[in-house]
Amino acid sequence: METFAFYFFAVSITALFAVTVWSKNILYAMTSLAAGMVLISGLFFILGADFLGVVQLIVYVGAVMALYSFAMMFFDATGEIKEKHSHPGLVFLLGGLSAVVMVVIFAAPVIGASAPSFYPPVEGATNPQAVGLVLFTKYLVPFEVAAVMLLVAMIAGIILAGKKMDTSITEVTDDIGDTNERI
Amino acid sequence: MVGLNEYLILSAILFSIGVVGVIRRKNLLMLFFATEIMLNAANIAFAAISSYHNDLTGQMFAFFIVAVAASEVAVGLGLLILIYKKYGTLDLDNFTVLKG
Amino acid sequence: METLVYTALFAPLVSSLFAALFGMTPKRQFVGIVTSLLLFVSFVSSALLLDYVMEFGSIHVTMMDWIVAGDMSVPFGFNVDQVTAVMMTVVTLVSTVVHIYSNGYMEHDKGFNRFFSYLSAFVFSMMVLVMSDNFLGLFIGWEGVGVCSWLLIGFWYHKEDVGRDVNPSISPAWAANEAFIMNRIADLGMLVGIFLIYWNIGSLQYDVVFSHLDGLSHGMLVAIGIFLFIGAMGKSAQFPLHTWLADAMEGPTPVSALIHAATMVTAGVYLVIRANPLYDMIPEVGYFIAALGTFVAIFAASMALVNRDLKRIIAYSTLSQLGYMFAAAGLGAYWVALFHLAAHAFFKALLFLGAGNVMHAMHDELDIFKMGGLKKIMGWTYAYMGVASLALAGIWPLAGFYSKDTILEVAFNEHTYGIWFILWLTAGLTAFYSFRLVFLTFWSDSRYKEFGFHPHEVQKYVLWAMAPLAILAVVFGWYKDSFMEFVTRTLPLYEMSEHTHHMVGVLIAVTTLVAVGGIVVAYLMYSRRLKRNEKIEKSLPYRVLSNQYYIPIFYEKAFSKPYAELSDIAWKEIDMQVVDATVDGIAHLVEESGDGARGMQTGNLSDYLKWMAFGVIALAVLAVFVAMKS
Repeated sequence: METFAFYFFAVSITALFAVTVWSKNILYAMTSLAAGMVLISGLFFILGADFLGVVQLIVYVGAVMALYSFAMMFFDATGEIKEKHSHPGLVFLLGGLSAVVMVVIFAAPVIGASAPSFYPPVEGATNPQAVGLVLFTKYLVPFEVAAVMLLVAMIAGIILAGKKMDTSITEVTDDIGDTNERI
Repeated sequence: MVGLNEYLILSAILFSIGVVGVIRRKNLLMLFFATEIMLNAANIAFAAISSYHNDLTGQMFAFFIVAVAASEVAVGLGLLILIYKKYGTLDLDNFTVLKG
Repeated sequence: METLVYTALFAPLVSSLFAALFGMTPKRQFVGIVTSLLLFVSFVSSALLLDYVMEFGSIHVTMMDWIVAGDMSVPFGFNVDQVTAVMMTVVTLVSTVVHIYSNGYMEHDKGFNRFFSYLSAFVFSMMVLVMSDNFLGLFIGWEGVGVCSWLLIGFWYHKEDVGRDVNPSISPAWAANEAFIMNRIADLGMLVGIFLIYWNIGSLQYDVVFSHLDGLSHGMLVAIGIFLFIGAMGKSAQFPLHTWLADAMEGPTPVSALIHAATMVTAGVYLVIRANPLYDMIPEVGYFIAALGTFVAIFAASMALVNRDLKRIIAYSTLSQLGYMFAAAGLGAYWVALFHLAAHAFFKALLFLGAGNVMHAMHDELDIFKMGGLKKIMGWTYAYMGVASLALAGIWPLAGFYSKDTILEVAFNEHTYGIWFILWLTAGLTAFYSFRLVFLTFWSDSRYKEFGFHPHEVQKYVLWAMAPLAILAVVFGWYKDSFMEFVTRTLPLYEMSEHTHHMVGVLIAVTTLVAVGGIVVAYLMYSRRLKRNEKIEKSLPYRVLSNQYYIPIFYEKAFSKPYAELSDIAWKEIDMQVVDATVDGIAHLVEESGDGARGMQTGNLSDYLKWMAFGVIALAVLAVFVAMKS
């Protein structure tokens, strides 16, 4: 059952992400990306990382994808994206090569198989409890730093995107410069 | 039974899809999507190793990656909006001011 | 006493540095005064040291460790024994006089301050040379005087090169380079000698070296002796490295007096005297030195016979007198060589300074055929130069008489009658050309009027400054016995045989006779007026002599020209084609590869990302290979 679930998720995620990468329509791409993210949380649940799975759902699907969808309202996302692909062969060569190399690396027996376990889960605790214990004891400082980072990012996002929000894009002329520059 | 290697290979394949996206796509927004794919691929690898090694460190790192990804999206999207306001497009072929 | 040693040594250095502070500025009179005073301080210290050494014996001080490398240890030490004390006193005395003299002589020169800086630096180097207690310190001083000599000969470096027929020295810059390069050739020999000493004995301290000479093979001693003497040959301008000395007269006259007559050129003689234990053990090399000295004595004197250039005549006489010194030193009479060195320093410096006065009066004219009758105008200068010439000719009771006569006695005593005869003949030639110079300059008809010169006597204080030299040129010889007693505390005593003692009277008479004979001939030929004999001047011997035996021309044809051609080939073929081409090639390669790689910089982020992915994959592949290997 677990095996079946893994392969199901694996194949679906790969397919969805492939759609994201190859789709010409930005909406399709985003939708398939969001779907892929949801399925990845499924993988996390299989692995027993319940808390991570939930976080994946909330942050990625809930927050990040919502952010993308809102951002897309600023862009013209309805039509197909026209992209010039100068060397399509090269892309596949590089992508294929990287896949082969990484598969070779990971297919090899993991060298650190006998590596010591620094923070094994506490006996009898559920996954979120165990995660909480480690996160708020051993990783407290990085956690706080990450919090500050998120705050900074939030403010930066607001400032960057929110400036001159009151004027319509088409009417902003001062820093667009010569309209001929628009292509 | 699914082994660690299967997870890692899946992670590698997803990462490679991200790489292809990064080098193939010309639209900045799509580039961001490709980056998200790569980050998630890494997360899968971390979670898998954490689970098979019975060590929570991997999950911790996955959390931080999620946090980084969220920040990146927040700042990155802000920048994208500015660029779009300035140039009216998100196509990389139009941004060649650094041509040597 | 250490204080005196350091004062004597470092006062000239301080003086040089002080003058150097004003090196680029216009003339400052106080520079000349301060440097002269500091030199006087150095002289007083040297004189006090001489007195001290006379009473209590030599002083040795070690200032600091200089070179300590592995087994090699060369302390920066100074040794003031009898020989050094004499040299120091002579050097500082002549230097002081020359410094004062230069105040007048260089009065209108733009490089007044610079001149004093060089001059004092020279004195410092010379002091290091004579005071050092080891061969390396001596070598440092040796090179130092070489550099200062180069700076001073080329003092008027801005003068243009002219043809050899107009000016045999071509130009001051040329003469300076010639002197420096000639000395460099000789210094290589000297350096080899020093290496041999260190290699065989393992020390460079004089006392250690000389006490270990017994352990060396005879061949090695001969090699060391010859190589050291090659160094001495360069500095003392012995044949065949003699051409630079006459050309060095391009420098200002005080320089000629100080460096190229009184002090530096005697450094070679000093070296041979200092290394007397070595040369005592190899009499055949000593004999060679004596023979070469004798040859140079007559060789130089013959060139002086026909020369018309005031300073060159004196330069040749210097060369000739250096030959005398080497003859004495080579025959083992070291103290006699030192005695002649000191006496010669006084009267030769006086002669040069007098010549400087004449030059000054004649507006830098040096041709004695254009002078004449100057004694009416320049009485004092005439008196000084007369005294100096008498001393040089070896007339009783002046200094030259005692020293030169002793050298002749030595030659006689050694039964080297050939050497004695040639030196005797040279004494006659010396008297002749010295008085040819004096008569042509100060007596005979006043030819200068035709050429529109208005000579005048120099400043009073300059004349006063020359007085000590004149006095010493007269009286120095009277102290021959006490001098001998003093310096032979360090140097080996030289005893005349019974036979020579009996002959002394005859020898003196014969020598005086030839000297007086020379003067008389000069008087008959030149004292009334200059009669030029076209036939003699066209004759082959005359032309050979006046062209310095064609040696400079031979050197130019045999060494300078081929070397210049070789350099030309090396420049055009090797340097331009190989070295430069390689360097340019590297530059072109970098430039072209950069130009080619510019294509990468499209400015398109997408392309950069492709490159980055490519790099990441390359590194990953590398990592896989490394992992597989290990």
